[in-house]
Amino acid sequence: GMDVKRICFTSLSLQKCLCGNGAAQPMQSCRRYTSAGDSGSVAGKIVAASLLTVGGGVGGTILYAKWDPKFRAAVEKGVPYSDQLFEMTIGPPPPPPVIPLPKKPVKVEPLQISSVSEASKDSKQPQQMKEKKVAKEEKPPVQQEAPPLPQTIEGENTVVLLFSSEFMQRFSSVQWSHAHVGVSTAEECKECEHEAHAHVVKERPEEVVSARLAAQDRCFNAMLHQTEHVKFLKTTFLDDTLGSSAKLTLQAIGAQEAALSAIANHTSKLKEAMDAEGPSDKTSAQWRSLEDALNERSRAADEAGAALLKAKEELEKLRKVINAAKDSKIDAARPQILAAEENLHSMVVDLDRAVGKVQTAQMEAKIVSQYSELVNEAKAQFQKELDSITPEIQANWKGLTGKLSPDDLNSLIAHAHRRIDQLNRELAEQRVREQIHIEAALDQQRLENQKTLDKAVGTAISHSREQMRLEQEKKIEDVREVMEAEMRTQLRRQAAAHTDHLRDVLKVQEQELRAEAQEVLSSKLMEQETNYRRVTQDQLDAFTLDMNAAYARLKGIEEAIDSHVVAEEEARKAHQLWLSVEALTYSLKTAVADSPTEPLETAAKAVRESCADNEFAVALASALPEESLSRGIYSEASLRARFYQIRGLVRRVAMINETRNSLYQYFLSYLQSVLLFEPEQLAPPTKLKPEDLDTFKLLSYATYSIERGDLELAAKFINQLTGEPRRVAQDWLKEARLTLETRQVVNLLSAYANAVGLGTTQAP
Amino acid sequence: MAEEHGRKWDRCLADSARTGFGVGVVFSRVSFHTRIASLCRPNVARCVGSGMGLGMGYSNCQHDFRSPYLLHGHMVKDQ
Repeated sequence: GMDVKRICFTSLSLQKCLCGNGAAQPMQSCRRYTSAGDSGSVAGKIVAASLLTVGGGVGGTILYAKWDPKFRAAVEKGVPYSDQLFEMTIGPPPPPPVIPLPKKPVKVEPLQISSVSEASKDSKQPQQMKEKKVAKEEKPPVQQEAPPLPQTIEGENTVVLLFSSEFMQRFSSVQWSHAHVGVSTAEECKECEHEAHAHVVKERPEEVVSARLAAQDRCFNAMLHQTEHVKFLKTTFLDDTLGSSAKLTLQAIGAQEAALSAIANHTSKLKEAMDAEGPSDKTSAQWRSLEDALNERSRAADEAGAALLKAKEELEKLRKVINAAKDSKIDAARPQILAAEENLHSMVVDLDRAVGKVQTAQMEAKIVSQYSELVNEAKAQFQKELDSITPEIQANWKGLTGKLSPDDLNSLIAHAHRRIDQLNRELAEQRVREQIHIEAALDQQRLENQKTLDKAVGTAISHSREQMRLEQEKKIEDVREVMEAEMRTQLRRQAAAHTDHLRDVLKVQEQELRAEAQEVLSSKLMEQETNYRRVTQDQLDAFTLDMNAAYARLKGIEEAIDSHVVAEEEARKAHQLWLSVEALTYSLKTAVADSPTEPLETAAKAVRESCADNEFAVALASALPEESLSRGIYSEASLRARFYQIRGLVRRVAMINETRNSLYQYFLSYLQSVLLFEPEQLAPPTKLKPEDLDTFKLLSYATYSIERGDLELAAKFINQLTGEPRRVAQDWLKEARLTLETRQVVNLLSAYANAVGLGTTQAP
Repeated sequence: MAEEHGRKWDRCLADSARTGFGVGVVFSRVSFHTRIASLCRPNVARCVGSGMGLGMGYSNCQHDFRSPYLLHGHMVKDQ
């Protein structure tokens, strides 16, 4: 009882303790109740502390995210639904900073620009552009700066786009009738430029490049049109200039002619006035008309002068334009230029001629005016003299004839005669001087003539030179045109070939670059991939290793525990077995005097239960004879006692057997038993001889054995009895056998239990 | 077995006595009633009867004592 309880307490068995369960559990539940009470408050504290920590962490995260958007972005990336939380508490995230356009458009552009420039290598375009630039400098004062392009682009390439934009801008500022066409082409170019820019911004290279090539082709064509147009404009400019200059020249010439006519008129009038000594009214009218003519002449002269100036200016302009045009070397405009030049030349010539005419006329007029002046002077002097002589008479002397007195007349005549003499003397003097003067004048005139001749020769030479030059230039121009045309076709062909070649090369290059980039990308990706795989594999391996190690350890621990459990189980079982065997053994001792033991059924059952899995023990347990189980066995003492009874009886029926079993024999046997004396105990020999099988001897042996406590031997001897004694001793023998059997089994079991217990018990 | 032996003896003796006495008494009575002449006194009859009874008892006893050694055969039919 006590042992069992103790063992139940100490064992780790999974089976219920048969006896100790009820006692153990209440104590354990009591213990749990007491610990639960204390843990209540502690748990509350722990919960409160954890809540505080979590709340603090979340609040701190939100505040910091509000202050630092990068942190916020990182948290939003890492923790799901955090962006919603942030939006709820802080507000929407700040917009990302505006990144300025990178220089990629710059890098992509040179590709297409170079194509254009390559296509038009020896092209007129840059030069054309330069010409345009130069031409436009003459333009109305609005000159916008070219749009700033990054410095990394080549100068020539810059020039193209630069000038296209400049061109476009200048055209936008120009308010000419022909500018409409220019504007349209400029718009086209603008559009293509914008296209280029827009495409660059979007960064879709392949289509963009092709589109840009197409755009550039269009631009190129537009530019060609522009050149045409520029030429056209140039020519129109030229034409305009020419027109205006021609107009002005004509005007000038007309003015000159008018002046000339006015001068001539005036001169004639003057001459008439000079020569005419007619009646005063006519003279006055003449003088009036002369004055008018003079006014007219002066006016005409002024006009002519102004017109001349204007014309000269215009001609200068034209010359300059023509020079500029010549400088720009646009071949197509050459004929126009030449024509313009010729026109200019002719205009100049005409103008000069007119001017010369006017000058001669003017000179004549001057002479005539001088002459008239002199005459007027003389007349005035005369008048003065006349006045001095005849102060009272004034005014027109022609109307004086009726008013003068003879004295006056005489004085007048005398004065006149004196005057005449004087004049004659003067005249003679003058004649002489005249000769000299004439000679001098002639010389001078010769000189001047020479000069004018030289000048005229010079101008004629220059004119003819000019003419020749013009002719030469015309010829050159023609040849050049032809060459230009041919060159253009060749260039066009070359350009086309070049564009094709470039296209191909670009395609190939693109392919190559793409393949290269792809390769690099894939290699990098592969590297990254392998790296990543390696790292993850390492992690996995490490983890697996750890897991395996842990698992192995766990398994080891489990096995150890299991084996412990098993060992404990075994030990428990062994103990139980031993206990039950001990119980069995104990129950064997419960035999009181002559009554058998209590039935060994329960003990045997306990033994069987305690050793249910042990075949040996089970076999042994089941080897217990039924009688012992149900009825119990007799103790050795009782058997001993009964043996003596049996002994007596056996002695009495010693003679009886199957053959001799009448009552008389019984009597005889009884008599024998009374009369025969044998030693009660005889030490049995080690070997039985047949004569030892006598009943009485056997009995003696048995008695001896039993006295020595050797029930087994005694039983063996008793077993040798024959006949009626055997029958009589059968009962006892059976009992003895039973007891012996049971005892043997119990001994075996106990030995086994001991052995098992020894095996399982661990030394402390 | 020993008790049986003893019991047997007791039975034997008791039976014998009873049988003898019974038979004797019966015999004597019978003989007395039937007057089998020469059996003079009832004691004789009783003696005779007892003797017969004893004999019978003796025989019974003997038979009883022999009973374990008597073999009974069974006819086994061949099938």
